[in-house]
Amino acid sequence: METRALPTLQEISGPTPGQRLRRRIFGHRALIIGAVVLGLIILTAVLASWIAPHDPYEQNLTARLLPPVWHTEGTWTHPLGTDRLGRDYLSRLMYGARVSLLIGFSVALLSGLIGTAMGVTAGYFGGWADMIITFFITVRLSMPVVLVALAVVAMFGGSLSVIIVVLGFMLWNRYAVVARTTTMQIRSLDFVDSAKTLGCSVPHIVLSEIMPNIFSNLVVVATLEMANAILLEAALSFLGLGVQPPLPSWGLMISEGKEYLLFDPWLITIPGVCLLLLVLAINMVGDGIRDVTVPESMA
Amino acid sequence: MLIYTLKRILLALLVAILVSAIGFGFLFLSGDPAVTIAGESASSEDIKYIREFYGFDRPIVVQYASWLGKAVQGDFGKSYYFKLPVSQILGDRLPVTLTLGACSLAFALLLSIPLGMLAAIRPNSWIDRIALMLSVMGQAMPTFWFGLMLVVLLSVWFPLLPASGTESWKNFVMPTIVLGYFAMPALMRLTRAGMIEVLSSDYIRTARAKGLLANSVFFKHALRNALMPVVSIAAVQFGFMLSGSVIVETVFAINGMGYLAWESITRSDFPTVQAIILIFSLIYLVLTLLADLLNAWLDPRIRVA
Amino acid sequence: MSALLQAENLSVDIPVPGGVLHAVRRVNFNVNQGETLCLVGESGCGKSLTALAIMDLLPHKARRSAQKLSLAETDLLALRYRQMADIRGNQMSMIFQDPMTSLNPAYTIGDQLMEIFLRHRKSSRAQARDRAVFLLEKVGITAAGSRLKQYPHQLSGGLRQRVMIAMGLMCEPALILADEPTTALDVTIQGQILHLLADLQREFQMGMILITHDLGVVARVADRVAVMYAGQIVETGDVHRIFESPLHPYTQGLLACVPVPGKIGRNKHLHSIPGIVPAPIGDLVGCSFRNRCSHTMDICASDDQRLKAPALARGYRCVLDPEVCRRNGQMVAA
Repeated sequence: METRALPTLQEISGPTPGQRLRRRIFGHRALIIGAVVLGLIILTAVLASWIAPHDPYEQNLTARLLPPVWHTEGTWTHPLGTDRLGRDYLSRLMYGARVSLLIGFSVALLSGLIGTAMGVTAGYFGGWADMIITFFITVRLSMPVVLVALAVVAMFGGSLSVIIVVLGFMLWNRYAVVARTTTMQIRSLDFVDSAKTLGCSVPHIVLSEIMPNIFSNLVVVATLEMANAILLEAALSFLGLGVQPPLPSWGLMISEGKEYLLFDPWLITIPGVCLLLLVLAINMVGDGIRDVTVPESMA
Repeated sequence: MLIYTLKRILLALLVAILVSAIGFGFLFLSGDPAVTIAGESASSEDIKYIREFYGFDRPIVVQYASWLGKAVQGDFGKSYYFKLPVSQILGDRLPVTLTLGACSLAFALLLSIPLGMLAAIRPNSWIDRIALMLSVMGQAMPTFWFGLMLVVLLSVWFPLLPASGTESWKNFVMPTIVLGYFAMPALMRLTRAGMIEVLSSDYIRTARAKGLLANSVFFKHALRNALMPVVSIAAVQFGFMLSGSVIVETVFAINGMGYLAWESITRSDFPTVQAIILIFSLIYLVLTLLADLLNAWLDPRIRVA
Repeated sequence: MSALLQAENLSVDIPVPGGVLHAVRRVNFNVNQGETLCLVGESGCGKSLTALAIMDLLPHKARRSAQKLSLAETDLLALRYRQMADIRGNQMSMIFQDPMTSLNPAYTIGDQLMEIFLRHRKSSRAQARDRAVFLLEKVGITAAGSRLKQYPHQLSGGLRQRVMIAMGLMCEPALILADEPTTALDVTIQGQILHLLADLQREFQMGMILITHDLGVVARVADRVAVMYAGQIVETGDVHRIFESPLHPYTQGLLACVPVPGKIGRNKHLHSIPGIVPAPIGDLVGCSFRNRCSHTMDICASDDQRLKAPALARGYRCVLDPEVCRRNGQMVAA
């Protein structure tokens, strides 16, 4: 048995921060799994035009309501069956991923811009700006999101852009709250004051001192809001006030399949599972990012 | 304390007014209400007449002020569709939604608090993993889809519960589960986190050092402190549930405010929609106010200054 | 007569990322009835964990092991959870360092006092209440009756610590463990609390283990002292002897560090012990103090020092002869 001098605490520390981060990322199973699944879905959506077996809009009324391939009557021509208009389900699912992802990313981005701007302003300047913005956050929180979104779509029609705009203008509150809190924390730290005394302008301080520090928190919020937006769009489309047919939205597909609940449950099960998997993957990535970056922000 | 409450109430009213104003503004952007009321086959004279009769030719601010003035007296106008006073329709439907909301919240709490507690007492154990799994699913599942799946399971495959309608208590079982499950993840995670933090605190160590037994330590000393933040979040969740009730009630055809909201939107029944938006936001504001007050009352450090 | 508390080869091990942290390494001590033993040492030397180990209140991951651990006739190692819980707060109590966080903010102090009595004695609420009032008065809190209804945040630090002491005494324990009871308090209050503890100990004839890093406290209250370093006891003995003629280089160093007004000339540096405390992780051989000791020799790295007992109730863990230490080892100011 080797005899050794008692190690000091310094000797126990070890690898560099960069190495530690990488180790944490790859050691975090949920993050990896989520990222892989999300990556696959994104890939499918992007390559849909090439890999989809059929045209998602092509109707074939002789092949209506065919069950998926694992049923006795299923065929490999339509591996996941067809819907009530004879359209290939698998192809519609693939194109539907486009809708969900497009809305997810766009809304997360738009609401992120709005919310972050509001939150940083409130956190940095305090005083009246803070009071007004906090008031608006409360206003937004007390608005029933689904209701307002439904109303707006009913008014302006259900195009992708309308949905993106209305959701983008509704889902900014969490960004604002997180940005505000983190900005306030950072602002009270010394290095912001030193930047000010050095004469740095406000936008410079915000961009170079504050943003890098709140960025990882915002990314986590972005994943949450992306998931939120996807689920909301699905709900809106399900209720008939979202994406309009014949566009293949997973929520819409569930709505269209609702009446065949009794005999052809796969029509609603499969798109639902897709939604579940997508949102789950996004959440896992978000949680993973949070777990992985939190120790860094503590350091 | 009293001044604080009054300030909060005033703030809440301001918020409610702004929300309703936004709602009002939106609806009027959407198109000509006169056309909606008159119907498709009306002549332009009829439409003009209706416009003047209802006062749609006035500036929008005036219209809003007039609506607000009547609204505070409880007069929300007449539904374009039902041709009945909106307040009467709301009076019929609101209790249904509130009942559903209360049951769902109770269900969510009954599920989250014990699970969160057990998960915190034994972190990373199998029960913690189950709690985590349930929470993750609750966050990721589309509410309406969950509802449909439950219908398939409990109405079609095993005909235990009715799929729609509002006749008996049985109609409320599945909607309660769906709506409650929607609120469960946040509550469970909060309970768990709060409990973990409390369990590592010094006063729990003192409690153990006094020789108190497990249920005294957990239920008396720990839970009381861990639950304080849960109260406010529960109220906020109830508010969100109102939003979710639009979906759930529509899926299960429950005659509540949510279903009414969807119907009215599709029918362009503006007075009803405006009233519902206002009522929903008022409920949320009242709940958050109550939650804050409850919180202040629960924490002796605030209550006994 | 046999000691009230006997601990033989008590150890506490905690698994950490680097291996196993031997936080407490085979400590041996006794406490007699009516006697105060002070466990002295720097932060991290394992003194608090020793007390927690006696009470079986260690953190979840930590493992306790001992050859013997007994309170009066009871073998503490053989007890199950419920039996141990019956002893805690009852025959054996512990007072903690920070009264601010050690009391539950959600309940009145009356409630927190009475629950101990109600738990361990088959008494009525009225009896428990009377006992609580009696003890609050004993610890010097006036208007005890109305205090019962107050909440912890309404009391000052000193008052809170008095409440903690009262809590410790509710069931007349035979042994009381006090973990740095005055560290979190104002200097002016410290003296009062120590005085109170000493009085109560005499009155109730309790054994007391007082943990501290402050030699001033030791000088005031201790009957016997055990000096701990890196999880081991390096010296034990009567308090007067230890202060007059410390045998272990670490003890000598500690005492030399205490600034005495008048003894240190102007522009002279205060004494300090060079180096930092090592972390006792993994397999350990040799004296833990050797990389900071001014008398280190080759033999210090290999021999696992046994506690030598040059006199009755006196022990120290060093290869050096105490006479040699004192002659050659003038603790030169750094």
